[in-house]
Amino acid sequence: MLNSETAYDVLVVGGGNAGLCAAITAREAGARVLLVEHAPQSMRGGNSRHTRNLRAMHATPTAVLTEAYAEQEYWDDLQRVTGGQTDEGLARTAIQASAQVAPWMEARGVRFQPSLKGTLNLSRTNAFFLGGGKALVNAYYRTAERLGVQVLYDTQVTALTLRNGAVHEAVMISQGFPAVVRARAVVASAGGFQANIGWLKQYWGEAAENFRIRGTPYAQGGVLKSLLEQGVASVGDPTQCHAVAIDARAPKFDGGIVTRLDCVPFSIVVDRDGQRFYDEGEDAWPKRYAIWGRLVAQRPGQIAYSIIDAKSERLFMPSVFPAIRAGSIGELATRLGLDAAVLEQTVRRFNAAVRPGHFDSQQLDGCATEGLHPSKSHWARAIDTPPFLAYPLCPGITFTYLGVKVNARAQVVLEDGRPVANLFASGEIMAGNILGKGYLAGFGMTIGTVFGRIAGTEAAAHARG
Amino acid sequence: MHEAETRATARRAMEICNACRYCEGYCAVFPAMELRRTFTDGDLDYLANLCHDCRGCYYSCQYAPPHEFGVNLPRTFAELRQVTWVEHAWPRAGARLFARNGLVVALAAALGVALVLLLTMALQPADVLFGVHRAPGAFYVVIPMAAMVAVAGVTFGFALLAMLATVVRFWRATGSGGLPRGRPLLRALGDVLTLRNLGGGGQGCNDVDEGFSQTRRWLHHCLFYGFGLCFASTTVAAGYEHLLGLRAPYPFWSWPVVLGTLGGLGMVIGTIGLFALKLAGDAAPRAPRLLGADVALLALLGMTAATGLVLLALRATGAMGVLLAVHLGFVLALFLAMPYSRFMHGAFRAAALLRNAMEHEPTDAR
Repeated sequence: MLNSETAYDVLVVGGGNAGLCAAITAREAGARVLLVEHAPQSMRGGNSRHTRNLRAMHATPTAVLTEAYAEQEYWDDLQRVTGGQTDEGLARTAIQASAQVAPWMEARGVRFQPSLKGTLNLSRTNAFFLGGGKALVNAYYRTAERLGVQVLYDTQVTALTLRNGAVHEAVMISQGFPAVVRARAVVASAGGFQANIGWLKQYWGEAAENFRIRGTPYAQGGVLKSLLEQGVASVGDPTQCHAVAIDARAPKFDGGIVTRLDCVPFSIVVDRDGQRFYDEGEDAWPKRYAIWGRLVAQRPGQIAYSIIDAKSERLFMPSVFPAIRAGSIGELATRLGLDAAVLEQTVRRFNAAVRPGHFDSQQLDGCATEGLHPSKSHWARAIDTPPFLAYPLCPGITFTYLGVKVNARAQVVLEDGRPVANLFASGEIMAGNILGKGYLAGFGMTIGTVFGRIAGTEAAAHARG
Repeated sequence: MHEAETRATARRAMEICNACRYCEGYCAVFPAMELRRTFTDGDLDYLANLCHDCRGCYYSCQYAPPHEFGVNLPRTFAELRQVTWVEHAWPRAGARLFARNGLVVALAAALGVALVLLLTMALQPADVLFGVHRAPGAFYVVIPMAAMVAVAGVTFGFALLAMLATVVRFWRATGSGGLPRGRPLLRALGDVLTLRNLGGGGQGCNDVDEGFSQTRRWLHHCLFYGFGLCFASTTVAAGYEHLLGLRAPYPFWSWPVVLGTLGGLGMVIGTIGLFALKLAGDAAPRAPRLLGADVALLALLGMTAATGLVLLALRATGAMGVLLAVHLGFVLALFLAMPYSRFMHGAFRAAALLRNAMEHEPTDAR
């Protein structure tokens, strides 16, 4: 329970990877640290509990990374996905520091697994946590508690009150009771607002009701909102979120990795009206899955159906929900609640447009349609071999881009350019400074770890200096 | 009904795990799972017995309760393992002994001790039973060697036969794969002897909570190798007796006594330690229905070893006769219970490890 008499040097808001790195770092620097986590203990860790790896620069192969991944290539990858929407100074800080994070993490209980044959072939650029993100979160909580960080679960910070250019107090509901905490320094690591459907509706309207949130339901954006309302500078487009197409049978929240579907490139995708609407074979799936969330979000009812035949059943990773199967396209349409005649015609037209070619699921094979709109550029094969299989698709939201602006010390900056003296930020709440748009696998964990440590160091120094 | 439900739960869990695969660094279960897209009953039975119950996957699972998927592989697989022991038990009548197995094993122990003690008391005059015997052949003054060998031979022989028949049934039910060859056999043997899969990818297993340790692995080694040393002690003693004509009791610094003492101590340490871990551990990843059977077998093994050690300590006193009867009573109970108790996990796991080693053998070597 919260004892309001206790004087804290550093209050860390949010108990995911970034908050834990900040809390551990601040505690190791001698600060008295309170970490408050919105979730109950069993669901702690924010989106970090769904992660699996961290993108790390390295000059030579390591125990957990193959070959080399140099700063320039890392930077080029970031430039490419963000289209230049990145703060180069902060980005290079994250990239350069990523070379040293693994030993720091291992010393605090995180285990990596040897580089693997893997599902997405990331073993060159990304170090994989043994057991995944929840194992990492567990290790950090154990370390934090061993070091003497006080942890409060079921505690939601509703406001960080600014006064005279500094955080005056944190207003929260702790285990059902209102509470106020004052600390010399505060680290905001409370994530984005992607689980706040009401907020998403401001930009997406009623369509947001049909979104699934792939990660934690606790990313309500309360801290972010509180700060932006008090004149903190924002970064990132508030209307944008990372949206992928996932299985529409996924739970509303926390479906995580298993709800992803890798069948789209080998399929045709139709909307509720039985019509195709985009080139399913435009590029390799890892380069395209993030645009499909938006595509499906723009269809009526925010639903679509990926349809394959027996030839393609084993070409992709097994998914958690079984395919909807039928012996004919008409029967499949009935199962899906689609107009059978329309779907039959869509498939017939697609099949007629498929040009002969050498199908190869492992690379861009040039097997394309001709005279069809929209066309399919690769992996186009007639859908003609029963059983026919369908997977329903819906938008799955991973994270939002809106965040608070920070400087090189991870210090939160006001709209007038002055920093908030005792407020630092790390993790998704500030990732938009670096990842203004797009997505780079494992980079969120890199930003969280690097800026968590910076924020923890700076907060402890501010509190004790 | 219960079997179908257990397998349905296991199948659902494997389908979730196979779409996730975050745990693939922990143990052999996940790489074996990744070789499959769908899971037959035989696949599930094999994977359940391949699971060493280290619980690493439970604590790192983003779908563990209270997530609505409620994945709890250690518990699900523990329950399915019990189902496989029951379904393949030989003879079939033995299957019933797995229900309320704690009670069954406890009764076997009580009846074993009572039977040997009562028979000895009935057949031996008090001055023999309570007398001090130190000369070669002292034990056989109280219980004739022929009776000892006959009862032990028949019960242990039957136990071996029943366990073999059971495990062969299991092997056939979980797939083909032909006869094992040298390399997979060696690999499986290594896995059995080192309990590699209790290593959690190097950090140990979750003995009591989300923290990692090697304690359970070492305690199991104490129990396993202790049991092996006791078996070796008995075998050496039989050799002394029948080949060299040396009659028990043997001096303290003789092979049978040294092996038996070390083995007995190992078993006592192992059983007490494992029992303590069961008491201290988090109940969430365990199958509460099976706790009784686990504890009963541990107690039986522990008592068998402890009574052997006490017998050794007091063999030169008038208590020897009664202690011998009690010890042999526990041994008899252990032999009787072996094929129909938690003891079977060893045989099933060894078979699963062998199948696993064969599965991962490059095809060109087959």
